[in-house]
Amino acid sequence: MTLLHIRDLTLTIGTTDILHNVDVQLQRGEIVAITGESGSGKSMTALSIMGLLPRGARSSGQILLDGTDILTTSEPDLCKMRGNTMGMVFQEPMTALNPVQTIGDQVAETILIHENTSKKQAHKRAADMLQRVGLDVAPSRFPHELSGGQRQRVVIAMAIVKHPKLLIADEPTTALDVTTQANILTLLKDLVREFDMGLLLITHDLAVVADVADHIVVMQKGRVVESAPTPDLLANMRHPYTRALFDASSHQVDLPVHTGCVQLVHASHIVRDYPAPRNTLFGPRPKFRALDDVSFTIDRGERVGLVGESGCGKSTLTRALLGLEDVQGGTITLDGAPVFTGKKPNLIVRRKMQVVFQDPYGSFNPRHRVSRLVSEPWHLLDSPPDNPEARIAAALEDVGLSASDASKYIHEFSGGQRQRIAIARALIVEPDLIIFDEAVSALDVSVRAQVLDLIADLCRKRPLAYLFISHDLTVVRSVTDRVLVMKSGQIVEQGATESVFNNPQHPYTQTLLAAAPKLPDFEEA
Amino acid sequence: MIRYIASRLLSLTLSLIAASIVIFAVIEVIPGDPAAFMLGVNARPDTLLALRDQMGLNDPLPLRYFAWVTGMLTGDFGISWTYKTPVAELVNDRIWVSLPLAIYALFLSTIIAFPAGIIAASRRGGMGDVSIMGATQLGVAIPNFWFAMILVLIFAIKLRWFSAGGFPGWDTPLLAIKSLTLPAIALALPQAAILARVMRSSLLDNLGEDYIRTARAKGLTRRQALWRHAVRNALIPVLTIIGLQFSFLLAGGIIIEQIFFLPGLGRLIFQSISARDLIVVESVVMLLVFVVIVVNFAVDLAYAVVDPRLRSRT
Repeated sequence: MTLLHIRDLTLTIGTTDILHNVDVQLQRGEIVAITGESGSGKSMTALSIMGLLPRGARSSGQILLDGTDILTTSEPDLCKMRGNTMGMVFQEPMTALNPVQTIGDQVAETILIHENTSKKQAHKRAADMLQRVGLDVAPSRFPHELSGGQRQRVVIAMAIVKHPKLLIADEPTTALDVTTQANILTLLKDLVREFDMGLLLITHDLAVVADVADHIVVMQKGRVVESAPTPDLLANMRHPYTRALFDASSHQVDLPVHTGCVQLVHASHIVRDYPAPRNTLFGPRPKFRALDDVSFTIDRGERVGLVGESGCGKSTLTRALLGLEDVQGGTITLDGAPVFTGKKPNLIVRRKMQVVFQDPYGSFNPRHRVSRLVSEPWHLLDSPPDNPEARIAAALEDVGLSASDASKYIHEFSGGQRQRIAIARALIVEPDLIIFDEAVSALDVSVRAQVLDLIADLCRKRPLAYLFISHDLTVVRSVTDRVLVMKSGQIVEQGATESVFNNPQHPYTQTLLAAAPKLPDFEEA
Repeated sequence: MIRYIASRLLSLTLSLIAASIVIFAVIEVIPGDPAAFMLGVNARPDTLLALRDQMGLNDPLPLRYFAWVTGMLTGDFGISWTYKTPVAELVNDRIWVSLPLAIYALFLSTIIAFPAGIIAASRRGGMGDVSIMGATQLGVAIPNFWFAMILVLIFAIKLRWFSAGGFPGWDTPLLAIKSLTLPAIALALPQAAILARVMRSSLLDNLGEDYIRTARAKGLTRRQALWRHAVRNALIPVLTIIGLQFSFLLAGGIIIEQIFFLPGLGRLIFQSISARDLIVVESVVMLLVFVVIVVNFAVDLAYAVVDPRLRSRT
């Protein structure tokens, strides 16, 4: 019998149509992945199954879990099912746990609200489950004492401690590093086999989908556009959207060949220490070394990638490079001039480099018009350039927007358009170097592919040097000439991108590459 | 945890030292010679000099500061220039009115505000929320002395349940509490309104957090998620407000003390300032600062009890 059968599910929230006639089936012991871009309705499908839709949601159709229709089940009965016959794991492990309760208490709570058992028994079982999910810390610890991967294990333990028949995981590894992601995915696969659960995996990451799922459901704008067993779907994509999605995920940009070797950035033996909390009340503050003897160069027109996991020092390096903070050792120069002089950034150098940040929603002042946002770097110049309107228009057109966008406000643009505006802002002072700090990480695959194409395009028009920081190895591989691999504040490997990816020398690079989920090679298939 | 307490204690001590220096300096800067004031305009210069000597006013400043501080540490606050009695006695009589009144008012404000805030947050947008928010709007807008007069009108003059003012002393504890009830309610209502609003918005913030969704996914009902997970997290900003309110209630009860004719600290300060009895002002202000700092220390400890993340920090 089918464990989960979603039949003709239609959902509206307020006056917005969210889902149209969605059909999904899932058997015990099977992993079904729902994939699609943001706004495709994948998370809302998951929340519908849990009966946790926001207020004002109206749905029709059927969601049969083991023969029970969730949509017609009363809220008290749903409470008995949640955590008991169905469990859910969420995307953001950092906030999914209550910060003021121990992890043991939180796992035991799932048992205690569903069973009439003693607290001691519940805590014993919670501890066992925490161990089963591979967590080697005491249940008396608090969430803030754990890493993201460890917290996600706690959330998983909480969801499956009652051995539910159905586990829903909504982007369970999106916020995690690649090596942690690989571990969590392995854990989920093992648990599905061990407990004979059905796993509904919601993710935008097609490489993860192809790697883990038995069956793939592709959604677009609230509709299921394609649904097939994984091998069939990969071998024969029927819907153009599915094909577009997979193409965009493995998108290779056409980067012009980099020639010449005039040195632009020279960083030698950089050391950056942060003060750590004191161990004793009056004792000296210990130091945390975020950058440890980091040296590298970037030539004019060279595209350099920087990869590493969270906490490895990527952001610290960006700040040091931009001259936002002083370093404790070593020197960084751009065109021979130091980036940091006296107690402040060197403005003469600063106008030669610009940065594009990750979050297209948070990195603009919502009260300024685009013209002002884009022209902001001009304050680095001694006097504003002539003909500002024409320059702003040219900058916007350069990134594929139109001159009339200058008078709009930022909320009128999508995430991808905002990143284009951020790039226009970076280009307007014609910098020698741009730092892309996870600049495409928050974008959907198709938009990401467009932005990457834009970057390649810009490289063709002018010799553009950039440092491309990302945790996404596929992207880095496609847009860089050379790559630096960073771990615990040190650059453990650097070299030409292709040779590092094809023949990694350092064990850490090898682990990183092995952990990264890969899309199957369609050419051969 | 021990490190956290130690660091808070250190900050408490430093605050007290800094506060005592500031208070002493301010009182010194205020013009007017207390000795001349006590003896009147017709005093002979040599008598004045003798009195200044006796009061220690001719000693160098640091010496007088240390004398003042060490005096206070041993319970000797000096002698009031107008009452001619030890300041310690004056304060002792009045603090047993003001302190219980502040605690009483804070207790009332908390037991009104917590349920009101929780009900409002759990029925967001519903009738309960709208009426509670309406009531708190009034409570914030209306000054406490107006409440006081209304309370006197209704409960003392019309219904004759309470006396309209005065304090019988703690020899008859029940009567004492009864006489503090109307003033405490008058003080508590505006504070309760503020506290209820803070409680509501803090709860609503927490109800929107991811861990509430996790709790619901575990099978908790909306109500269970609120009580088991949101309330404790919502307490952190509420504790801050409670700490501030206590300080306000202790020293800020002056108008209420006047209306209900209560011999409290507020009235003592007011009278001492009018009479230029600076030694009383100095000592009472220092005492109030001491209480405020100790209350803040208690709030800091309460934070650590509520939030484990603070325990590991210094």
